[in-house]
Amino acid sequence: MKHMLDYYLTTIKIAIQTQFQYRVMQYFYMIGMIAEPIIYLVVWSTIAEAQGGSVGGYTPGAFAAYYLVWTLVRNMNIVFTPYGWENRIRSGWFSMDLLRPIHPLHNDVAYFAGMKVVVIILWIPLGLFLSLFFKPELHPAWYQVIGFFFAIWGAYLIRTMLLSLLGMITFFTTRVGAIFELYFAFELVFSGRLVPMSLMPTWVQQVAGFLPFQWTFFFPIESLVAPMTLTHMLGGLGVQLLWIAIGWLAVMIMWRFSVRQFSAVGG
Amino acid sequence: MSDIILLNTLSKHFKVPVRESGLKASIGSLFKREFRTVKAVDQITFQIDPGEVVGFLGPNGAGKTTTLKMLSGLLYPTSGQASVLGYEPSRRQSKFLQQITLVMGNRQQLVWDLPALDSFDLMRAIYSIPMAEFTRRRDEFIDLLELKDLVNKPVRNLSLGERMKMEIVGALLHRPKVLFLDEPTLGLDVTMQRRIRTFLAEYNRRYGATVLLTSHYMADVEALCKRVIVIHHGKLLFDGELSCLVEQFSAFKTVGVTLQSAAVDLNKYGQVISQDGTRFTLRVPKSDTAQVTARMLADLPVDDLNVEDPPIEDVIEHVFAQGKPEETPA
Repeated sequence: MKHMLDYYLTTIKIAIQTQFQYRVMQYFYMIGMIAEPIIYLVVWSTIAEAQGGSVGGYTPGAFAAYYLVWTLVRNMNIVFTPYGWENRIRSGWFSMDLLRPIHPLHNDVAYFAGMKVVVIILWIPLGLFLSLFFKPELHPAWYQVIGFFFAIWGAYLIRTMLLSLLGMITFFTTRVGAIFELYFAFELVFSGRLVPMSLMPTWVQQVAGFLPFQWTFFFPIESLVAPMTLTHMLGGLGVQLLWIAIGWLAVMIMWRFSVRQFSAVGG
Repeated sequence: MSDIILLNTLSKHFKVPVRESGLKASIGSLFKREFRTVKAVDQITFQIDPGEVVGFLGPNGAGKTTTLKMLSGLLYPTSGQASVLGYEPSRRQSKFLQQITLVMGNRQQLVWDLPALDSFDLMRAIYSIPMAEFTRRRDEFIDLLELKDLVNKPVRNLSLGERMKMEIVGALLHRPKVLFLDEPTLGLDVTMQRRIRTFLAEYNRRYGATVLLTSHYMADVEALCKRVIVIHHGKLLFDGELSCLVEQFSAFKTVGVTLQSAAVDLNKYGQVISQDGTRFTLRVPKSDTAQVTARMLADLPVDDLNVEDPPIEDVIEHVFAQGKPEETPA
């Protein structure tokens, strides 16, 4: 345990140092990323105003809160992508990870966790600017602020498991980009990334209840912006934990079968 | 069992798609895919004792790197058994990985944007090396490879040779008992090659590590390895002392002779390889060497004469080219 903690802290430190080397690039990347929620926000705010001030209970201020928190949640749930898996497997770089007496997934989790520290620091001024411009209605209870902290890390871990599972397909097919695009389409509909889940048709909400996607976007956002009881909050965090456990188990099983396929090409 | 590394009829076969070039072949492959099996490593058997430094030789595509990858747990063998330090490499147990290292000349584990010191610290955390011990080993290696002025520079700003030295330090900080070195001096200048060779020899001497080394630079092999294993087309061709390789595979000796005059035809004594003024170099069948040199001394105005084994590069080249011992011409 002490060993793993040391490993995580050291890797996080390395990630922070590395990301600060490219802080300008990071900032521009982040600015580019907020284009997506700003479009959603403008569209839904316009619709809300056209419909007399709200859509499904969401006022322009509520939409502003949703999509503003969206920007932070989105940055937090960026993980090592299947494209990254594809690249490191196809190029043979994965060999170096496999030679270490620590599962490569720990490196992915620790390194991207370190990146989050930089992301949050860079996000704060951007978030403040957007708040001044869009005037979000945000009145969370104390436990929601604490719950949100855990929820965004829960989202990060669930997404890590899901995308690692996708990435590991590269062991079998070498190219996994097309499958990732399909995943992305599902995520867009069932996660709350496009629009709050409560505005989706009932059947979409019902299907989403059986899928992990909404726990990576909708729940973390709602945990801060929507009125939520402590029980509801804890229940949500519990479901996140369950999906992390399911994801971890699936990753371990997939790993067992897939790593045997590794051909260590290109070195 | 005293063997540190043990291979028993170890094989690795790859199934690769076969397709001719062109649109027609592309469309055809949609309906019928053809494969062929490439025997990258084919039933190799050898053992290596603790502390041995063994050269693992073969031309490109011979199966050297594939073998090293199987021994370090990166690849699953198709058949046969491998054992390293008593572990089955393909199981990739943590305790096994903590005791080995694989250095590949074309691969790096250092963080590109940061000074190597940060990567070394990551190695400490990965291998759980106590801080005091880590600092001692790191500083010792930095001194041995004369890296003190470079460890604070971002890795991306280092030359190839400097980076390779850093790689080696990073690969040895956990003090592995078994080193798999795949072209560790690839692309380096002569001075850098020599420094790395000296360092590896010193590491082997100090810690009794077992080393399996592939290199296309015979100077590496001659400086570090008493024993060599030669493979070709995935099959083992030779396993023995380097001097025996020359003995077994070279049917010729090189005779250098300096005469008082250059106007002499020496072809009746052997194959003239080169001439520089009055200095001739001849290739003579090994079994005839004594008789030929005696005749030359008797017949010719000889100022100087010496007999040598051919350069190891030439012997290896012949081994690779023929895959069997040279035959003495009749």
